[in-house]
Amino acid sequence: MPASNAPAPLNPDGSRRTFMKQAGGILGLALAPPFISQAERLTALSKKLEGVSTINLNVNGTLRSIRAEPRVTLLDALREYLDLTGSKKGCDHGQCGACTVLVDGRRVNSCLTLAVMSQGKEITTIEGLAKGDELHPMQAAFLKHDGFQCGYCTPGQIMSAVACVNEGHAGSEAEVREWMSGNICRCSAYPNITAAILDAKGQMGKG
Amino acid sequence: MEIKEKENAPTNIVGKPLNRVDGPAKVTGAARYSAEVPLAGTVYGVLKTSAIAKGRIKSIDTSRAEKEPGVLHIFTYQNLPKPAKTPQQVEKWRAAQSYLPMQDDRVQYAGEPVVLVVADTLERATQAAELVQVSYQAELPIDSYLDPKAELFDPQTIQSGKQPGHTERGNPQAAYAGAPVKLDATYVHAINHHNPMEPAATLAVWEGNDRLTVYETTQNITGSQTALLDVLGLPRDQVRVVTHYLGGGFGCKGSVWPHTLITALAARAVGRPLKVVLTRKQMFTGVGHREDQEQNLKLGATTDGKLLALVHTKKATTSPWDNYTESNSKVINMLYACPSFGATYELARANVMTSVWMRAPGEAPGSFALESSMDDLAHQLNIDPLEIRLRNYADHDYSNDKPWSSKSLKQCYARGAELFGWDKRNPTPGQTRRGRLLVGHGMGTATYPVHSAQGTARVRLFADGHAVVQSGATDLGTGTYTVMTQVSADALGLPPDKIRFELGDTRLPTAPGSGGSQAAGTVASAIMEAAQDVWAKVVKMAVADKKSPLYKAKPADVKVELGRMFLAKKPAKGETLVAALARSGQTDIEGSASGKYGAGYEKQYFEAADSDDKKGGNPNQEKPGEKQGQGHSMHSFGAHFCEVEVDPELGTIRVTRWVGVHGVGTVLNLKTATSQLMGGAIFGIGSALMEETFRDPTYARYTNSDLASYHVPVNADIPDMTIEFVPETDPYINALGVKGIGEIGIVGVAAAVANAVFNATGRRMRSLPMTPDKMLEALRLPA
Repeated sequence: MPASNAPAPLNPDGSRRTFMKQAGGILGLALAPPFISQAERLTALSKKLEGVSTINLNVNGTLRSIRAEPRVTLLDALREYLDLTGSKKGCDHGQCGACTVLVDGRRVNSCLTLAVMSQGKEITTIEGLAKGDELHPMQAAFLKHDGFQCGYCTPGQIMSAVACVNEGHAGSEAEVREWMSGNICRCSAYPNITAAILDAKGQMGKG
Repeated sequence: MEIKEKENAPTNIVGKPLNRVDGPAKVTGAARYSAEVPLAGTVYGVLKTSAIAKGRIKSIDTSRAEKEPGVLHIFTYQNLPKPAKTPQQVEKWRAAQSYLPMQDDRVQYAGEPVVLVVADTLERATQAAELVQVSYQAELPIDSYLDPKAELFDPQTIQSGKQPGHTERGNPQAAYAGAPVKLDATYVHAINHHNPMEPAATLAVWEGNDRLTVYETTQNITGSQTALLDVLGLPRDQVRVVTHYLGGGFGCKGSVWPHTLITALAARAVGRPLKVVLTRKQMFTGVGHREDQEQNLKLGATTDGKLLALVHTKKATTSPWDNYTESNSKVINMLYACPSFGATYELARANVMTSVWMRAPGEAPGSFALESSMDDLAHQLNIDPLEIRLRNYADHDYSNDKPWSSKSLKQCYARGAELFGWDKRNPTPGQTRRGRLLVGHGMGTATYPVHSAQGTARVRLFADGHAVVQSGATDLGTGTYTVMTQVSADALGLPPDKIRFELGDTRLPTAPGSGGSQAAGTVASAIMEAAQDVWAKVVKMAVADKKSPLYKAKPADVKVELGRMFLAKKPAKGETLVAALARSGQTDIEGSASGKYGAGYEKQYFEAADSDDKKGGNPNQEKPGEKQGQGHSMHSFGAHFCEVEVDPELGTIRVTRWVGVHGVGTVLNLKTATSQLMGGAIFGIGSALMEETFRDPTYARYTNSDLASYHVPVNADIPDMTIEFVPETDPYINALGVKGIGEIGIVGVAAAVANAVFNATGRRMRSLPMTPDKMLEALRLPA
C-alpha cells in the first residue's frame, strides 16, 4: 500500500495515553443518550479501527508495511512484526526506558506508543544509528566507557542519550544524570553511562 | 613437556581493560536475547495468574476467550499435559521451588500460573487471557512470618538441606553473658526483587514428540536442561537449552521456575514454537525474591573492643513447601577473630512462592547486621571503626580453623581509607554539615567465599591462526564472553580478534551455571587446561617434524608461552603453535579438559605436586591445609567507604561519594571487573535506601509490583564512584588464581551506608530500606 494511503496520525504526539482519551470520547459518544442520532453514533464509531489493517512505518529511513491490529504498540510492531529486536521490552509500562526510540527526533517510550499512530513519522531505532560498520559516536562511547553489562537496557539508553545531547541536556554530569533517569540500568553502569554521554557529546558536535 | 602453572600464567591480554567482545552486538541491537530468536510459526503464550493467595479454583470459564480470533489453545490444570515427574518427585535436581502450579485446583500463592492462553499474536493471547473467567473459593492466607497466624519453626537445615540450621562454636551463650561489653540489636530486611531488565522468557520448540529445544533466560543452561528432562521424561541428549545473551539475572534466573516447565509441556501439545515472556508484574511472582527477614545479633566484647561472642538468630518467611532462607550466619561466623559463635534460624510458612538466592544470598543481609554492630561497638567504645576491625582481624578462618588461601583485607582497608580520606572523618555524629544537609562517613567490610566447582572446555586451534573455544557457560552481562576470549588469546598466543568464544548452549562442553561467583574461575581454568592439551599435541607433532626447530627435542624440555613453543634452556630455538600446525597439513587440532575451582582444584593440584616435587609451585612453602590437612579457607575480601548527605527536614538520604577496594585474586579484565564491582555496590545502595516490595497483610498480594513503585536506583541517585583492586596472588583456588567477583560488590554495602547515616545523624538505622519516613521518625526521637 502506498504511503499516501496511510491514515493520518490521530494526534501529534501519538502516545497511548492520548489515544485512550480519544477512545474514551468515542465510547462516551456510543453510550450517550439517544438524543444523538443513530447516524451520528455510527459515524463516531466508524472511526474506531478494528481488526487487522496495513500499517506503514518509516523505520530507519525505510518504509515498512505490516498487517496488524490497531492495538499493537510500536514496540511490539518493531520486535514481533518487523524483527527489529534491538528495542527492548523491560516493563511495557513506560517505567524503564528500555524501549526508547526516536520519533521525529524525540525520544519516546515505544511501549506506550501505538504503531498505527506512528505512521507518517520518522522512527529511528538502535539498528538505524550506525552508518554501516561505523558506529555512531554514542555507541562507540558506550563501548569505550563500558556503559553496560548485560546490554538489555543499552539500546534504550543509547537512543535516550542521543536525544539527551540533541536536546541540550548534557551540559554537565549532574544534568546528564537527571535527564537520563528515565532509563533504568539494573546492572548499574550509571557512572560509565554518564561518562560515555559526556564523551560522545564532543564527538557528535564534530560529526 | 613441563607445564608450570605460574610460569605459564598468561601475562599479555589477561587483565587488560579490553572492550567487551560482545559489546558491538549490544550497542547496535544485533545481540538476540532468548525471546528474540526468530523462528517461523512462533505462537504466543500469555499466563493468567491467580487473583487469590490461598484457596481452590471453583470453575474456569474459557468460553468467551475461545471465541476470540487467533486463539489456539487454552491450558488449565484440567488439560495441561501431565509431567513425567513433578519437581517434588525429582531428587537429581532441586528446583528453587518444589511446587509446580497448574496440577490441580489448589492455589497456594498470589500470582501463581492458573491459565496459559496460546494465540497467533501477543495481543490476542493477552486479550483472551483477560476474558478467561476464573472463580475461586478463597481462604485466608498467611502473608509472612509476622502474620499472627504464622507459626515459626526450626527448619534444622536451610537452602534445601544444603546448609545447617544450627551452628555453634566455642560457648556463645556463656561468653556473651560474661562479656564486659554487650550489644543486642535487631536488623530488618525488606522483601527485595531482582528485577533484571530482561523479563524471564521461554521459547520452546519441539521436533516431533521427543526432542526439545528451549531458548531460555537462564544463568544455568545445564541446570535448566536437567530440570526439563526430568519433568518431561526425556534423555539428556534430547533436551537442548540455549542462552546466548542474558539480560541480567542476579540470582533469579539461576533456577528453573514454573513458567518454563509449563511452557515446555504446553508447546508439545501446541506443536509450534511457543513463546512465553513474563510481564514485569509477573516477574514479582514468577522468579523468586529475597525474603522478608529479621536478624537479632548479640555481640559480646572486651572493653578494648575485642570480640568474645556473636550470637545470631534469624526469622524469615518461607513458602508452604520449601525451607529456603539465605544463610546469613556464614559471613558472621567467618569474618572476624571471634572465639564463640552461635546461629539459629526460625522460619514461618506463608502463602508466598519460594524465595531464592539474590546477589550474595546471606552475605548481603548478614553483613548488614554484623557490620552495623561493629560500627556500633566502635562508637560505644570510642574507637575508630576501621581500627576496631583491625583489632578483630582474623589471621585465619575462625569458622573452620583453616588458614586463608589468600587475604588482602588489610591492604583493602588501607588503600580505601587513603582514597576516601578516612582520616579527615569527624568521629562525633551529627557534627558535619554542608549547608542545611548533614554529612556522614561510614565503612563496611566485604567478603565472599570461593565455592568449589568444575567445568569443561574445548579449544580448537586452526592452522590459519584462529581458534574456536567453547564452554557451556553463560554471560549474564558479567563479561564471560570477553574474559574467556582474553584467557584463550593468551593461552594460544593469538590476538583476541582471532578467537571466537562460544557459550550458552548445552551442546557445548558442560560448565557450571553463572551463580555463586564461580563461572569465571572455573571456565577460565578449563580453557587453560584445554589449551595445554592442544600444546601437548602440537609439541608432539613438532618434535617429530624434521622442519621444526624443535625436531628431536624431548617434549619435557619444551616450554610453551603465549602460543610459542621453545626449548626451556635455549628460548631462541622454537616456533609458534600455529606455524607447526600449518606445516603439518592438518586444518586444526582440538584439545579439551576439565577445570576446577576452589577446594577441588587445591586437592587435585597439590596432590599432584606432592607426588612430583618439581611441580610444586607453592609460594608459601606450605603444604595445603598444613594445619589441619583439610585445605584452605577461600574468600575474596574488600572494603567500602561511603559518604552520605541527609536532609534533616525531608529525611532523604543521598550517597554522595563511594570508594570500594577489593582483593579478588587475578583480575581478568580491569574494565569489566570494575563495572561489575561498581554495579554490585549500586545494587546494594538500592537495597539500603529504596528497594522494598510490600505484601498486603490481608490478601498476601504484592501491592507495588512494577518499576514505578518498586524503586531501583536510577542515574540521578548515584554519584561517581571509585573502584580499585589490590594485587593478590592465590595459588590454591584455580589454575589462574581467579576469584569470583559477581557477589562481593554488594556485601557490606548496606552497612556502609547505614554507618555513614549514623555518623551524619547519630541515628542507627536498622531497618532496610532506609526510606525518608524511617529517617524522619528516627530524627524526631532523641539520638
